[in-house]
Amino acid sequence: MSDAATDRAIDRSQMTVSDEVAIQITAMNKWYGTFHVLRDINLTVYRGERIVICGPSGSGKSTLIRCINRLEEHQAGQIIVDGTELSSDLKNIDKIRSEVGMCFQHFNLFPHLTILENCTLAPIWVRKTPKKEAEEIAMHFLRKVKIPEQADKYPGQLSGGQQQRVAIARSLCMKPRIMLFDEPTSALDPEMIKEVLDTMIELAEEGMTMLCVTHEMGFAQAVANRVIFMDQGQIVEQNEPREFFNNPQSDRTKLFLSQILGH
Amino acid sequence: MTQNLSYVRAAMIDQQDPPLTQKGAVRWVRENLLSGWLNILLTVLSIAAIWYVTSHLLHWFLNAVWNAGSLTECREVLSVLHQVGDNSGACWGVIRDRWTQLLFGSYPPAFYWRSILAMILLVVALMPVLFRDKVSGKLYYFSAFYPFLMPWLLWGGSFWVPLLAVAGFGVGYVALRLLTPVGGAVLGVVGAIVAALVWWIVAMTPINDALHRAVANMRIEGARDALIATQDGLAPRIAQIEADRDAVTAQVAVAVAAKNAIYAPLATEQFRRSVGPVLDEVAALFDGLGATSTQADLAAAYVGAHRLLLDFAPARAPEGMGPLLEQIKTTVRVRVTEDNLADAQEAVAEIGALVAQARGLTAANAMSDADLATGQAAFLGAMRELTALRETQTRIGAELFRMTEERRGATTLLRNIDQRAANIAAHPGLLAAAEEARAALPESVALLTSADDLPEGLAPADVAQLRDALRAEAALASNEGATFSIYYEVGRVGLQPVPSASFGGFQLSLIIGVAGIAMSLPLGILLALGRQSNLLIINKVSVGFIEIIRGVPLIVWLLTAQFLLNYFLPPGTEFDLVLRVIIMVTLFASAYIAEVVRGGLAALPRGQYEAADALGLDYWKSMQLIVLPQALKISIPGIVNTFIGLFKDTTLVLFIGLFDPLGLSNTIRATTEWNGIYWELFIFIGVLFFIFCFSMGRYSLFLERKLQRENR
Repeated sequence: MSDAATDRAIDRSQMTVSDEVAIQITAMNKWYGTFHVLRDINLTVYRGERIVICGPSGSGKSTLIRCINRLEEHQAGQIIVDGTELSSDLKNIDKIRSEVGMCFQHFNLFPHLTILENCTLAPIWVRKTPKKEAEEIAMHFLRKVKIPEQADKYPGQLSGGQQQRVAIARSLCMKPRIMLFDEPTSALDPEMIKEVLDTMIELAEEGMTMLCVTHEMGFAQAVANRVIFMDQGQIVEQNEPREFFNNPQSDRTKLFLSQILGH
Repeated sequence: MTQNLSYVRAAMIDQQDPPLTQKGAVRWVRENLLSGWLNILLTVLSIAAIWYVTSHLLHWFLNAVWNAGSLTECREVLSVLHQVGDNSGACWGVIRDRWTQLLFGSYPPAFYWRSILAMILLVVALMPVLFRDKVSGKLYYFSAFYPFLMPWLLWGGSFWVPLLAVAGFGVGYVALRLLTPVGGAVLGVVGAIVAALVWWIVAMTPINDALHRAVANMRIEGARDALIATQDGLAPRIAQIEADRDAVTAQVAVAVAAKNAIYAPLATEQFRRSVGPVLDEVAALFDGLGATSTQADLAAAYVGAHRLLLDFAPARAPEGMGPLLEQIKTTVRVRVTEDNLADAQEAVAEIGALVAQARGLTAANAMSDADLATGQAAFLGAMRELTALRETQTRIGAELFRMTEERRGATTLLRNIDQRAANIAAHPGLLAAAEEARAALPESVALLTSADDLPEGLAPADVAQLRDALRAEAALASNEGATFSIYYEVGRVGLQPVPSASFGGFQLSLIIGVAGIAMSLPLGILLALGRQSNLLIINKVSVGFIEIIRGVPLIVWLLTAQFLLNYFLPPGTEFDLVLRVIIMVTLFASAYIAEVVRGGLAALPRGQYEAADALGLDYWKSMQLIVLPQALKISIPGIVNTFIGLFKDTTLVLFIGLFDPLGLSNTIRATTEWNGIYWELFIFIGVLFFIFCFSMGRYSLFLERKLQRENR
């Protein structure tokens, strides 16, 4: 476990959870072929929430957040994002995707475009922002993730941590209302994890609604307002972080926590 | 004994050069050519092999004959330059004589400029595509227009035809804008495609006809006078050129006679010079042989003499020596199989005498070395002159042909105009007459189009009626046809049309190759995307198309294009053969491109698709901006490989009666002048293709390296 995320005071003034529902998932089920990967998921995310989803590998946590912007299709139940229901209607899907930012484990930057082009691509082509304005926005967010000087380089020339920060900036350029993080630090060297987590903490401090699949328990304790534990495609336990870590209820959660916090 | 282990360096050593064997060329040779015994052996063997091949080829290349009008003349030049029996040397005269044909086929020489201009503009149009960052982006507009400009330049016709073709895209765009708000993107795209196709297939021809008609109606008044003026103006010029042609023909005949006069003594002298030493050798073979020789010794001498004399044809021998040589050869040949020892021994003396006699003749009438050299120079000069004269002759012939063609065109058009006027004058009520005659017929035969189909027992009056109707209709039809051709001739504003049958040579290969390359890439990309699609119908259609096209040899598709394609098209549509071939070659190459691109698409990590999706890019945008740029970059070597294959495969059109360079090489060999020539033609054609294919390969390397540099 890294303590990287906890070494500075966190400004909680903007971290407020409102009553407005950002994401509503009701009785959602998903199968991969005949394999029942997500089972009866019910989850309500309020605006401003910072949710950390953890669990053993194969528990369906990545699949769950990938369902929210329909990188994966669910077969039963209902997902409502920002008041729009996810169905096979392509227009709804594109609309939701442009409102929901996502960061991947392997960054998935576009290697044939410069950092700046990576950041301006979606604003220009999806939001129809004028190029000049899109570049200004991109530089703003690149400054925010502290790599404005790399704007003209290609992703291959950057370190992993820098690439992940660019990926976050790229998502932010679309001015999303919700951010999804799919194990953003799992592919990084230990010393790079901190710079990415710092960026994510700053985001949280600004009140962004975040769903984060991660094993960084320090981050969960410092920032999350809710931790969800999943196993075998089901939500086994969810609680606010202190209770979750200090007083886990289910045996499965206890076992899991003892394994990842034990050493 | 004590050991002192302490050491302090007094001075630092500066950097020094490595030993001689470890730097520069010496090191390179050691490492690359002589690194071990196997490597040394292979190096020596390779050098020997390269030397063996090039020494023979170089001899052939360097003994080149450029001034010759036929293979026979070429051999004469070689025989004057070299020893008897050594006729090897390249006859580039055939290329000098026929290079325009190999490049342009039977495209009219008067319009070569159109072909060359099309080539130059092709290069200009390719610039922004090939070197995106080095030329102005505005050139893209020209590149986009070029596909319409090129056919017009090459095939000719009115200038508005390419513009009408471009307008099809405008029609499609308008349909897209109008239909998308009404019925969504799918209806918009389908509607745009349908509208454009309707424009091209249904609307363009009538509009084109109407424009010709309108212009013709404006011009027809003055057209007749202009044609007569053209005819009258051409007559004296043609007469002049005919006189020029006759003069040059006479000059050529004189030059040929002069050349032959110089050639004969030179050939004889060459013969004399080369036969002398050979006769000495023959004499030496029999030296010391005689009444006591064994059968084996004699046989060896006879066989040797037979071999030595084999190459000498008596035709070019000096006076008196021909029969003598023939006699020696016959005697030797007979004795080779002699099994009577006594006869064989006796003949030795006989041969000795004959050889001595011939040797005597070789000494007589000998030309001095200086004379021979002068003669050779004079002969080469005569050949040069003759070739220059023949080129003038060809040029005058082409000019004459162009003028007579122009006059023929004017005469035909004039006759058509007059014929039409006469028709109109003679049959004022032609249409009414035909209708009246038809109306008078019994209903059962009213629609017949041939008097031969009439049922027996019809009233003679009815038969006469039908005949009248048919005659009137035929006159109407011919009038209509004449009118049509007149309108097309008089109403044309643009370039003289050139029929597809005139296309040939490397120009044809280029047209088919460039068109195939330009169209197969987008089609192949669409097929590759189709093959990846989740939509069942699109997927299966793409897979089926690719597999069927790939699974059948190109030559079969070309034969299909030649013989079968018209059966699948609506009746009455007459498709140009070159166009059909281009379509087939395009389809064939696109199937390969599709598979190459599919490889590139498959090599792309899934994360790229997901990231594009997650940013809200729709399918086409994510393909255009994210997926294809990367997939195509990976596929460049395979794509260019397919292009090179396509370009070389254009030579297959020779099997369906089009004259690509290889087809023309057959035509050239079929002439009496160049019958029997192979290598020079094939080398020329090979070099042409090599230049283009090699350039494509180099460009692909350049592009790969550039993209590599840009985004590592």
